[in-house]
Amino acid sequence: VSLFLEQLINAIQLGVMLFLIASGLTLVFGIMNVINLAQGSLYMIGAFAAATAVARGVPFALALLFGAVCGGLAGVVLEVVLVRRLYARSHLDQVLVTFGVILFVNELAAIVWGRSPLFMSTPAALAGSVNLGGVPYPVYRLFVIALGLVVAGALYLLIGKTRTGMLIRAGATHRDLVEALGVDVRRLYTVVFALGGMLAGIAGAAVGPIFSVSVGMGEQVLIQTFVVIVVGGLGSVRGAFIAALLVAAIDTFGRAYIPGALEHLFSDTTAENLGAALSAISIYVFMAIVLVWRPRGLFPIAAR
Amino acid sequence: MDRLRLSFASLLMLALCSSSAFAAGPVKIGVVTTLSGPGGYTGQDVRDGILLAVEQGGGKLGGVPVDIRVEDDALKPAQGREVADRFIQQDHIKILTGVVFSNVMGAVVPTTEAADTIFISPNAGSSEFAGAKCNKNVFVASFQNDTANIPAGIYATQHGYQNVIMMAADYVAGHDMINGFKIGYKGQGQEVLPKLDQTDFSAELARIRSINPDALFYFLPGGAGINFLKQYGQSGLKTPLLATIFSLDQRILEAVGDAAKGMTLIGQYNIDFPNAENRQFVKAFVAKYHRLPTFYAADGYDTAHLIGSALKAAGGDDSKLDVLRAALRKADISSVRGSFKFGPNQYPIENWYAMHVEPGADGKLAIVTKGRLLTMYSDPYAAACKM
Repeated sequence: VSLFLEQLINAIQLGVMLFLIASGLTLVFGIMNVINLAQGSLYMIGAFAAATAVARGVPFALALLFGAVCGGLAGVVLEVVLVRRLYARSHLDQVLVTFGVILFVNELAAIVWGRSPLFMSTPAALAGSVNLGGVPYPVYRLFVIALGLVVAGALYLLIGKTRTGMLIRAGATHRDLVEALGVDVRRLYTVVFALGGMLAGIAGAAVGPIFSVSVGMGEQVLIQTFVVIVVGGLGSVRGAFIAALLVAAIDTFGRAYIPGALEHLFSDTTAENLGAALSAISIYVFMAIVLVWRPRGLFPIAAR
Repeated sequence: MDRLRLSFASLLMLALCSSSAFAAGPVKIGVVTTLSGPGGYTGQDVRDGILLAVEQGGGKLGGVPVDIRVEDDALKPAQGREVADRFIQQDHIKILTGVVFSNVMGAVVPTTEAADTIFISPNAGSSEFAGAKCNKNVFVASFQNDTANIPAGIYATQHGYQNVIMMAADYVAGHDMINGFKIGYKGQGQEVLPKLDQTDFSAELARIRSINPDALFYFLPGGAGINFLKQYGQSGLKTPLLATIFSLDQRILEAVGDAAKGMTLIGQYNIDFPNAENRQFVKAFVAKYHRLPTFYAADGYDTAHLIGSALKAAGGDDSKLDVLRAALRKADISSVRGSFKFGPNQYPIENWYAMHVEPGADGKLAIVTKGRLLTMYSDPYAAACKM
């Protein structure tokens, strides 16, 4: 039972972390219809900025904020310099250009910070573990859960209850109408991109103490993130939240229980090999099933 | 008209200069290595180790002027092969080195072989060319990949571990590492195989907690290893960790901090080796690059000296391939590893050590050598090599 509980918290924690990265991506994709592969680069920038700040003695909370701000600023630069020219182009062009941005930002980061992975210490107040029903659980991971829930709540309020949020929602579903009503859609898009960048930046900063802060760290999470937003329904932040939790649960429980379950059927080595393969593909199988059942994802936003 | 004559004269001079340079020019050495991407720091250290040796020789290796050409393979076998082709076809390079990753080595060696070019690996040591497919032009100056894991297994047996979890990234090299470990390890074990690019290890950590093994042997290269160690450090687990230096080098130690404390490592090189050559090397490396060298840098440095010994024997003529190869086989250098020889398959015969991660003299965590596990050990493939 305690193992199940621990894996359940693990799943929630991974899900919240995936949501932090996916929310920015789904906003940009859903509202602006832009495939932004460089979202992973903004995540990396957030992590590098926060790690640098912590290394210089900046308190952890401020470093998180700094990571978010840097991610947001990078997002604005990206939108104004490049992505703005891509709205009218095909998705293939967008993929090509933003993939180029990944390569460019990776090399830039290597020049500025070097190729060695950076160290980012866990803040003293969040180090160590607490006892959760007989299982010692890392405090920092609980903090990540809390942070993710706070960000999710703030996004819910921003999108559901404010004028900006209303425009964002309207921009996603009735772009032409919003434009016809005299809203500066261009500026709205820049705001959305900044928001997406900030979400990626804060995610990068938050994972610094548990993940490797190194060049190329963004690409490692990008695929899982895309699975999340596709399952959740493109553009739906609520969908991204639920899909992130589902994908994380399938991934975590797959890795935790599939190899063990197969041991009853096969020899140890076969079970482990097969288990590793099955748990590796489990989230993609899940995505395929969801797409067959609901081709537009679990929570599709209204048709454009 | 004057201008035309002038440019003609300068062209002529240029031609003269370049042809005379060709006659007595430096020997070109091709370095194909991994400089970009997350693994880029490894190639950077190999390159810097080689360049340090060249600088200390005043632009020469073994007293012969050399021209070191460095190109990035980006950890892509196809790109590594392309660069090697260019070095061989366009620059007429006869000595190629630099390769860090075994999959790049697998693509480059057939090219060098077809062109009768000498290939000296400063790191990659795949089993492919160590056994029946061994080759007179292929030298490996670092280690054979599987070999590092055998002493790890011996260490586990010596320490009376009865139940060890063997965790390795689920790809070719990961499986090789576990198989190597099993050669040396006599107790019970269970395999755990996470994905190669996995970032979150909470599920694996929970499994380890529930199995509660005597020790955990793991192989997770690069970023995955850093992710795992950071998360292990926060998990509160007390299981002893055992790994090879592939999973924890000097750079990774700096990136994970206290999480690596108490870990046992198996390796063939460490910066604290007391021999004079190593003391001199570490001091010079730190002075020049302001960071501690990894085993990648040390093996790059040794490789440069091996090339120097061969060039010296051939009097700086890199067309005398038989002389170069014969000189290389002697391994007539003072290695930073202390003792170093080539086996019949031209892979190393060397010592393997147990190391421990603990606070050094300055209070910072350091990798400290504890004892020798294997003395002048070859590799399990050498017997199959008929050269």
